[in-house]
Amino acid sequence: MAMTMTEKILARAAGKESVAPGDLIMAKLDLCLGNDVTTGVAIDEFEKAGFERVFDAERIALIPDHFTPNKDIKSAGLVKQMRDFARKHGLVHFYDVGRVGIEHAFLPEQGLVGPGDVVLGADSHTCTYGALGAFATGVGSTDLAGAMATGEAWFRVPETHLFQFEGELQPYVTGKDIILFVIGEIGVDGALYKAMEFAGSAIRSLSMDSRFTICNMAIEAGGKTGIIAPDDTTKAYVEGRFRRTPRYYASDPDAWYEKTYFWRAEQVPLLVAKPHLPSNTQPAAELASVKIDQVVIGSCTNGRMEDLRQAAEILRGRKVHKEVRCIVIPATPAVWKQALDEGLLDVFVEAGAAVSTPTCGPCLGGHMGVLAEGERAVATTNRNFVGRMGHPQSEVYLAGPYVAAASAVAGHIATPDQVGGRRLS
Amino acid sequence: MTLLRGRAWTFGRDVDTDLIIPARYLNMKTAEELAAHVMEDADPTFASKVQPGDIVVAQENFGCGSSREHAPLALKGAGVSVVIAKSFARIFYRNAFNIGLPILIAPEAVDGIKQGDEVTVDLATGDIADLTTGQKYEAQPLPPFMQELVAAGGLLPYLKRRLAEAG
Repeated sequence: MAMTMTEKILARAAGKESVAPGDLIMAKLDLCLGNDVTTGVAIDEFEKAGFERVFDAERIALIPDHFTPNKDIKSAGLVKQMRDFARKHGLVHFYDVGRVGIEHAFLPEQGLVGPGDVVLGADSHTCTYGALGAFATGVGSTDLAGAMATGEAWFRVPETHLFQFEGELQPYVTGKDIILFVIGEIGVDGALYKAMEFAGSAIRSLSMDSRFTICNMAIEAGGKTGIIAPDDTTKAYVEGRFRRTPRYYASDPDAWYEKTYFWRAEQVPLLVAKPHLPSNTQPAAELASVKIDQVVIGSCTNGRMEDLRQAAEILRGRKVHKEVRCIVIPATPAVWKQALDEGLLDVFVEAGAAVSTPTCGPCLGGHMGVLAEGERAVATTNRNFVGRMGHPQSEVYLAGPYVAAASAVAGHIATPDQVGGRRLS
Repeated sequence: MTLLRGRAWTFGRDVDTDLIIPARYLNMKTAEELAAHVMEDADPTFASKVQPGDIVVAQENFGCGSSREHAPLALKGAGVSVVIAKSFARIFYRNAFNIGLPILIAPEAVDGIKQGDEVTVDLATGDIADLTTGQKYEAQPLPPFMQELVAAGGLLPYLKRRLAEAG
């Protein structure tokens, strides 16, 4: 039977020859993960249900990243509970401040997730790992508790929607613009419960970092996962990094897709998603009248090396506008160190930006850049809901690193060309 | 099964989990603590006015966004007896079952029920009655597997039994 790659991965994990959309399966998990917001509730449920041991101490990753370094006493308590649980059960993959990064940048970078995996994460952006050709999906804390105890989870096999982009992207257009474009076209529930498979020459031309950005925001269209077929770019990323054996899957040529979308890559402009939904998109070039107070460059969506390099191309030799605070957050310690070695941190600091230690922080209005009433930010993050970065009457405009950096310089939403374009050295 | 009865609170589409429980309160984790801030950024008076048994009625894609189980927990903690919507975001759907917050998909009921209407819901049959208007509606039946989960007492008892059976 012809299957999509999502169906093949789920069939393998369920121990079946084949599965079809709508089937309910119990799947074996290659990894499950939780963060400092979700794990505390999961531990409470795990213990309340009377489970005494975890299924595999090497296949549970506990990643305190949301409110870390701890923003207050209650957050410190949540991380302490994770730390104690990790020690009690001998969990190999608990990482603490100084060694931890934002989970969805950190786990692929450290080779803890890879092609063909089934990954269950108590965080909605777990779908990021689909960029490696994995089935990865977000759940809540009780599902994580069950996964930690049994190594299994139930899934309804999703229908797959295919999103094809052929051709060449315009200058400065990146994975962020592609995914904002898709969400703008189909809406925030346009792929509800579906697997979103991204394909075509424009997708294949992208780096892994850009692919992570695309799959990361599948959830913002309601998707169960985003997924991209592994190719030479994937293999080059995985080799020498992934700690298990990769399983490469591709969709059969005659696989059934519930919906197929086709766009020319040239159609995708530099985009911004205006408040208060990621689907509320408009070309960045049309939004110069929108004055801003803050820029955040980072997050599980856009806090990787490519993102920081793009921001630095714009900020090099320029200054952040005097009425703007610009906060740059490398997503992992390795990204932070690499940015240091490449001189990017110098670029940011000389431009007048603050460089933070890895944290989700401002993306969810936690700390490290919360907005006051009436303030407005351009952020490379993933959600612009009411109150997302702070006060309920503050606003978040989502964009990629090029537009975010250009806006930091201009003091209003701007494209790189509007501030004079990139400076490579 | 007892009949749920309460006043309806109506909301629009794409009610996200940041609206249900803002992230600034995610340093807490009990239903009681979270309930004090439920729906705060959508309606700051909701938490103080909602009564045990009250019913949330919403358009499409209720609970979109973050995976925080704190969202259904906050609603449950505030005494909301059931959420009726045209559709639910998938993580919220799973979470609601996992923590025992009843949810129903009933598009016609959502179109018919108005803010403040007195509504009853029979979870066993999916029958919804708007006592204020006299209208009756039917919710979509629960998928068989979800019924099995509910019958087992939730996800963790279900998984525990599976684990025991596997030896």
